[in-house]
Amino acid sequence: MNKPVLDIRGLRIALDGRADQELVKGLDLTIQPGETMCLVGESGSGKSITALAVMGLLPKALKMTAGRIELLGETIHNAPAPKLRKLRTTAMSMIFQEPMTALNPVAKVGRQIDEVLEAHSNLGAKERKRRVLEMMESVHLPEVERIYRSYPHQLSGGQRQRIMIAMALIMQPQLLIADEPTTALDVTTQAQTLSLLRELREKQGTAVLFITHDMGVVADIADDVTVMKLGEVMEAQPTEQLLRHPRTDYTRELLKAVPSHVPRPPRADDNAPVVLQTQALTKVYSQGGWLVKTRETVAAKEVAFTLRKGRTLGIVGESGSGKTTVARCIMRLIDPTSGTIEIDGTDIATLPPRELKPHRRKFQIVFQDPMRSLNPRIEVGQSIIEGPLNFGVPRKQAMARARELMTLVDLPASAVDRFPHQFSGGQRQRIAIARALAMDPEVLVADEAVSALDVSVQAQVLRLMADLQAKLGLGILFITHDLGVAAQICDDVIVMQHGVIVEYGPAGEVLATPQHPYTKALIEAAPGRHWDFANFRPFSESRQDA
Amino acid sequence: MFGYILQRIFAAIPVMGFVALIVFLLLRLTPGDPAAILAGDAATPAQIALIRTRLGLDDPLYVQFFSWIWGMLRGDFGVSLLSGTPVLQMIASRMEPTISLALTTITLSVLIAVPLGVIAAWKQGTLIDRFVMLLSVVGFSVPVFVIGYVMISFFAMELRWFPVQGFRSITDGLQPFLERITLPTLTLTLLYVALIARITRTSMLEILGEDYIRTAHAKGLSETRVLMRHALRNCSVPIITVIGIGFALIISGVVVTESVFNLPGLGRLTVDAVLARDYPVIQAVILLASLVYVVVNLLIDIAYVVLDPRIRYQ
Repeated sequence: MNKPVLDIRGLRIALDGRADQELVKGLDLTIQPGETMCLVGESGSGKSITALAVMGLLPKALKMTAGRIELLGETIHNAPAPKLRKLRTTAMSMIFQEPMTALNPVAKVGRQIDEVLEAHSNLGAKERKRRVLEMMESVHLPEVERIYRSYPHQLSGGQRQRIMIAMALIMQPQLLIADEPTTALDVTTQAQTLSLLRELREKQGTAVLFITHDMGVVADIADDVTVMKLGEVMEAQPTEQLLRHPRTDYTRELLKAVPSHVPRPPRADDNAPVVLQTQALTKVYSQGGWLVKTRETVAAKEVAFTLRKGRTLGIVGESGSGKTTVARCIMRLIDPTSGTIEIDGTDIATLPPRELKPHRRKFQIVFQDPMRSLNPRIEVGQSIIEGPLNFGVPRKQAMARARELMTLVDLPASAVDRFPHQFSGGQRQRIAIARALAMDPEVLVADEAVSALDVSVQAQVLRLMADLQAKLGLGILFITHDLGVAAQICDDVIVMQHGVIVEYGPAGEVLATPQHPYTKALIEAAPGRHWDFANFRPFSESRQDA
Repeated sequence: MFGYILQRIFAAIPVMGFVALIVFLLLRLTPGDPAAILAGDAATPAQIALIRTRLGLDDPLYVQFFSWIWGMLRGDFGVSLLSGTPVLQMIASRMEPTISLALTTITLSVLIAVPLGVIAAWKQGTLIDRFVMLLSVVGFSVPVFVIGYVMISFFAMELRWFPVQGFRSITDGLQPFLERITLPTLTLTLLYVALIARITRTSMLEILGEDYIRTAHAKGLSETRVLMRHALRNCSVPIITVIGIGFALIISGVVVTESVFNLPGLGRLTVDAVLARDYPVIQAVILLASLVYVVVNLLIDIAYVVLDPRIRYQ
């Protein structure tokens, strides 16, 4: 057998080098030439830190306390800085999650790729530029001459990630470390990026260490999988074996929590009262003014839908589809340009602030990122009662209600006195839900409310929302980019593209037998959709059973 | 870009007009009659009335305002009530010391402060960092006149390297100019180094935590290259802002420094005019100061567009 590309033995990493603050606890990992190894785990599992340790890019506060890292048979964990610099991009490269922030915003992207050649080769400027353009072509960027001269913000997310990949692979390293490289991308862009990585791996024979939390991606691209939890390796197996016969309970739970793309059985349509209805809802942004021509962007056009009490309506679409614009219009966080928004029979689309206020109670929103949507400097109880206080509820009564709500979302009532940073991400999202419920709303808008959560936590929060809906009869408008999540929670689904509804119907029909080509493309692109994770087998076998 | 600059210049006109109006009204509303001051203690009411008519002080306020504006548009800023010298000429003669001091101070400060700030951020928490921070605290907290007098007593009186006070035009030769501008420049530089180094360090620390700095390291670039190419350029916006405002501050008057070193600059002109209630001079220097701020702000905004391609004014 060949020498492995990467061999990690007994790797331990600790905060400030303290034994009681270990983040990686004795990790073993081997990658053979040309192999794709997926490192899977939820947040806090230590997977990204492991990758940074290989590159020698650990933040100052983290210290490697034990173990050995070998790259192509050469020990690198104690290599001096100049030697490590030389190995980067020539023997090992890394690409990151968020291609917008990973590229220097004030430098042209062509120059940023060129810099790699400048640092690691003796080529002249002309030859370097030729090589850069060639590499940009091989990652399938269009109009390479124009893009060479572009800045990161002028490119799309997918193009930026292609630039990162070009930068990482231009010196043809034997190892590519990809840290959640498609997590920030739209699902169709993700599919294209994954297929590009596959193609380049075949062409250059690069071994890939692919870090992800997404089992769908694992099923699509991995040869082998290593599962981590809280700094420890739970198990390592070839992909298919792991998906079929997970050895540990943790992996089994992780697989079961993956939302299936098969829609859940539909609930009976009981003709409950309509709580939210929009007609011809349109939002146009215009820019410019004085001395300058105005430029208009249509963010949402003629959006019409109906949400009944106790039901869940999903809006799915990629970034820029207008789904968040619709949510913000309904919340009147932005003013719609035209159209109506009827909540409980009243059109609130054009109500002035003072007349709108009494209606505000009826519609509440839960945002994507629970880290940022709660004020870090006040106790969560105060955040919860702020709304009711504003509507004249006495403080004592509001606080008693807040305690009730905390238990309703499965948190201890006494936790109202704590601050947001004392909770985990999932707990914070529960608090955000409790905050919304404190107003006794009729409509709950959830804007990507589970997208920032780990998959097991995501499953818990979704279950909680379903329970609350059954108890309180909430109408939920659920905005998501994740078709699996939509399939599991929605009664009806709207698919939006470029601000327009392209398909609208019962979830079972839209997601199982899509009619519009865009819906079909979205479903096509979803990673791992051939695999039935919860039943540990491919769908092809499930269907034979049925 | 050109359209944007044009638009900004047009937008500055109402700003300047507004400032002019405020200055004009404030002076007219403060108690005290310049005609009485001008006429002296022994003047009869008839004499004062005559002066008032001659100066146009009896006209309605709006007539006075527009005739003042109209005069300025033709380059006539009036004459000093005290000395009878045209105001424009008085200001012109005070410009050179102030502008010289501003240019030398800002240049020297940037040359010292930016590298200090970069190094302090790079070596955060080390002795170098603490030294820079200590210097910064000293620069901020010791009053300028104390630094000025210490400089004079040490470099001018003890070592006799420089003259104690005064100013010589650069047209009289480089050496006498430099001999006299050095001490005031050093005095102000200590303050400005403190300010600029601190801003540089803070912004660098923030930028060094960014993802693209990690990318730059992952590319195997050298430390200097990462700092200069990727970090410093991204910090340039806050640094340029502080430099620009610092420059405008010196132009609009560093009275203490000018007094300590006996520089015949704009700051002292302003104070003298205010004490003597010399309306035309006060009006002109305040308008000049606000013009400087408007121009500096415009230059800062143009620098933003040049330095950060994400900022685009259509």
